[in-house]
Amino acid sequence: MKYRRLIPIIYILFLMLPIYWLLAMSFKTTNEILGGFSLFPQRWTFENYYTILTDPTWYWGYINSILYVSLNASISLIVALPAAYAFSRYRFLGDKHLFFWLLTNRMAPVAVFALPFFQLYSAVGLFDTHLAVALAHCLFNIPLAVWILEGFMSSVPKELDETAYVDGYSFPKFFVMIFFPAIKSGIGVAAFFCFMFSWVELLLAKTLTAVEAKPIAATMTRTASSAGYELGLLAAAGILTIIPGAIVIYFVRNYIAKGFALGRV
Amino acid sequence: MSLELKNVTKVVGVETHIYQTTIKFKPSGFNVLLGATNAGKSTLIKLLAGFEKPTSGQVIFDGNDVTGINPQKRNISLVHQFFINYPHMTVYDNIASPLRVARIAQSEIHKRVHETAELLQLEKFLERRPPELSGGQQQRTALARAIVKQSKVILLDEPLANLDYKLREELREQLPNILEQRGTVVIYATTEPTEALLLGGSTALLHEGRVVQFGPTSKIYHAPNNLIASRVFSDPPINFALVSKCGDYIQLDDLVWPITGSLNSLKDDRYIVAIRPHHITPNRMAEFCVSLKGKVQITELSGSESIAHFTLGDRSWVSQAPGIHQYSVGEEYEFFFDPEQCFYFHESGSHVIEEVADG
Repeated sequence: MKYRRLIPIIYILFLMLPIYWLLAMSFKTTNEILGGFSLFPQRWTFENYYTILTDPTWYWGYINSILYVSLNASISLIVALPAAYAFSRYRFLGDKHLFFWLLTNRMAPVAVFALPFFQLYSAVGLFDTHLAVALAHCLFNIPLAVWILEGFMSSVPKELDETAYVDGYSFPKFFVMIFFPAIKSGIGVAAFFCFMFSWVELLLAKTLTAVEAKPIAATMTRTASSAGYELGLLAAAGILTIIPGAIVIYFVRNYIAKGFALGRV
Repeated sequence: MSLELKNVTKVVGVETHIYQTTIKFKPSGFNVLLGATNAGKSTLIKLLAGFEKPTSGQVIFDGNDVTGINPQKRNISLVHQFFINYPHMTVYDNIASPLRVARIAQSEIHKRVHETAELLQLEKFLERRPPELSGGQQQRTALARAIVKQSKVILLDEPLANLDYKLREELREQLPNILEQRGTVVIYATTEPTEALLLGGSTALLHEGRVVQFGPTSKIYHAPNNLIASRVFSDPPINFALVSKCGDYIQLDDLVWPITGSLNSLKDDRYIVAIRPHHITPNRMAEFCVSLKGKVQITELSGSESIAHFTLGDRSWVSQAPGIHQYSVGEEYEFFFDPEQCFYFHESGSHVIEEVADG
């Protein structure tokens, strides 16, 4: 029976192995990585991190990514909050169909939209801007945010709205002062999911940018091909890419399960 | 404050929630809306609050038509069946919130919140948040928020239904004191006849979207003007049976009893007799009683009364008697009722005596 405990341990080790390998690599020199097999860095170096944090072509990748991800999360929430409220509180013609249709937007591969977006944004002069990527990501983040927020909003009884109106709150005041706090965990979770999908999405972000708004993920792949093998540098960039996600997930850790169930627990 | 509904109807889709209703509520004290679930109590409350617009007709506050006016501007308060408070605010902030929205001076808010909290025994909890309180305390917070405004109309939609028995009794006793404000109309929706009787005031009996009778609570309890009213205002359900009047006697299957007082003028016909369960008892309560020998099917004992469901022939009867009576299920017992206590209705459902008809 005591071996039973080994199973989760082995599983976790198995999951952690690539991350560990990445971490170990980020402290090695490229020569050491290519030279042979070693579990620990033989000669610790912080050179890789130093390069990323000082070289503008590297750190601007992070700034660009963070910019369009934040922009996307803000737009998605601003649009999704009223939409989710309407779906949660009102009955109107075709509401159920519309609500389901929103989710079907997530069912096509992103690659399908790469070409139309590229052409459209080039035509209107949005190409290679943060807004372009943020707007493109709205395509799948707004439906998701609407679904998550609708779930959280529907678990707030309608009587709360009524009570607030009777107490004298106007609709905007009620929304900001009473309703917002009541669904704040939902807003956090929706923002997290927007962040997550926007942060990891590569294809649209790469297609719609060139220099000015180039995301970190694109920088990483390009470096690999142009300046030879800078594996240590890439590993360090990978570690730095994981960190924002880990930080964000910490804040919503208690609500993530509810988020994956689209707020319907 | 006067509050009335004029020719109000409410139709949603193809369903009629409220049939044409005209009612003028008593200007102060309790107006109880009594009816089963789906009788239209909540719809009436929503119409009065302004969450819903009547399909036709008018809602009138103090002579002004408020039919199209928002709840925010109606100067009303509301307590729901579920304990609705602002979960992220402390009890103090909850109670203060309607006053803050109305931009009342800070010192005045402070004074009124503390007065109200004292009245509702909430002083100890002012710094806590509603989710940390018990159901009774949460509902008292909601009540406090409703009365701190000193609004002209207080709407209570089954406010005690979700509380456990003891808290319910306790709060029900306190409610008339708490709500006794000059010139406030209290509209209180409930499904429980006993609650209406305990609260007194006036009662409107609702049945399937219609107000079947409205008047002082004890008066309409003692003189229901139609069969439906007598059924709505009875718990356990009232007994009724088809009887025929032949000369000076009333006949029900094999039972015969002489007619009493006011029935003299009625012509011989078939009528419906209704007898409240607590008028059918295992002891003789009057000199002359009709005896029913029936087989007990189900018994319910509460602390202070015994309820027996028994059958006689193929009719079922319910008896509700004070005190503890031990019945064995399946045995035959003798029950009595006093013919003076019966209500008689025409087969159409209206009361046989026309004078009573207008509550």
